Amino acid sequence: MQQRCTMAAKACGAILAASLCARAAAAAEPNARTFFMENCQQCHQVRGVDNTGNIGPALSDMKARFPDRKALFAIVFDETKRNPQTVMPPFGRNLILTSQEINTIIDFLYSR
Amino acid sequence: MRRAVLLGLAMFTLAAPQILTATCHAADSINPQADFKAFRKYFTERFTNVPLNDFVNGPYSMDAGLRKQWLEIDAFPPYQFALDKGKEMFNTPFKNGKTYGDCFPNKGIGVRQDYPYFDTKSGEVITLDVALNQCREANGEKPFDYSKDDMAALTAYMAYTSRGKRFDIKIPDDPRALAAYEKGEEYFYTRRGQLNFSCASCHVQNPGGHLRTEVLAPALGIVAAMPIYRSEWGGMGTISRRFTSCNSQVRATPLKPEDELYRDVEYYLSYMSNGLPISGPGARP
Ligand code: HEC
Ligand code: HEC
Repeated sequence: MQQRCTMAAKACGAILAASLCARAAAAAEPNARTFFMENCQQCHQVRGVDNTGNIGPALSDMKARFPDRKALFAIVFDETKRNPQTVMPPFGRNLILTSQEINTIIDFLYSR
Repeated sequence: MRRAVLLGLAMFTLAAPQILTATCHAADSINPQADFKAFRKYFTERFTNVPLNDFVNGPYSMDAGLRKQWLEIDAFPPYQFALDKGKEMFNTPFKNGKTYGDCFPNKGIGVRQDYPYFDTKSGEVITLDVALNQCREANGEKPFDYSKDDMAALTAYMAYTSRGKRFDIKIPDDPRALAAYEKGEEYFYTRRGQLNFSCASCHVQNPGGHLRTEVLAPALGIVAAMPIYRSEWGGMGTISRRFTSCNSQVRATPLKPEDELYRDVEYYLSYMSNGLPISGPGARP
């Protein structure tokens, strides 16, 4: 993991990869907000986070809109299942995030 | 199957149904003219308030706020240093007394819009950057690194003398030329990398969208402003630098700069931009 990130970080210096690569450093202090900023901020607005992108819809009222946690997990795990054309990366399927990390992000979203 | 998916899928989310049908009709044969029409239609219908010639200004064509900042910066363009250096390099003879101008039609002035071209002798797409290195090697000089400043300076000067000239990319009647075009098109629409993006995911599906704070450029006219000065890079970038960094962003393994396949992609994108003016060198946030 450490190894993979260092190599990717060298290769990229770019928005998506660079932010994802910052994870190794952040791992010492797992923090849902940091996970969100590293993986989702480039595309989604959420209350309390600055400099977000707008490629995807704003993630607000999550509890009301996604009462079924499994459904929300499935979207983050692999949104191409629901929408083959989506640009949202398949975080679970492509091993970008572990299930535990996805769940940490979901807790964060439910708190918004 | 494949041809039906390319443009069709990438445009699916927002495309009008007739584009899908148009591209599906082309399903069996390679038809660059039909692709060109569908591509142009997609962008002009989606961005009805962007004048056609403005697409060559990349992110600035999509965002009024950015555009304002750009017009202010452009009074003192950050690529000026590269431009001056490129002009001097261009006019300085090689050790054998010849110059770059001797390698190009019209002495290399105002010719950017004709690149890349398909070279029927070698059977490959030749970009301006490759033609410059071929010129150097033919005159006993070492080739430049395709991603670095010397190449950026030379191409900046050659783009500058061609500003306003319109892309005029030809696909000669040669099956290899069509194959190169098709390979480029396919690469552009194929998803790759751990993050699972195609070039089109960003530049066809989401132009004008904000990826964090960056505004995505539209694929129409996307190479017209190259090379570019980017504040984020603190310097100039060639087409190779841009393509490889776009690949790395999605955690895909970039190709070698000016790899044959990248040249095919540039051929495809430039053909799609036929009729649009050269705007390079560009400046980006
Ligand atoms: C590169 C862009 C991108 C990234 C990064 C991204 N998403 Fe998405 N997301 C989208 C898009 C676009 C949609 C719209 C639905 C679709 O395309 O299928 C979406 C939809 C969603 C939805 C459904 C929202 C709704 O209202 O229907 C959720 C929930 C979501 N994303 C969560 C996340 C989380 C959590 C992350 C980070 C772990 C993330 N996304 C990262 C682009 C992205
Ligand atoms: C994850 C999103 C993403 C993907 C995928 C992507 N790009 Fe980009 N591209 C960007 C961003 C961000 C920029 C900088 C902002 C801009 O100018 O669009 C950019 C800029 C460019 C530019 C310069 C445009 C200009 O006017 O400044 C070119 C050319 C380009 N990309 C080509 C490509 C090609 C070819 C591919 C596929 C090999 C590709 N991109 C894949 C995000 C992406």
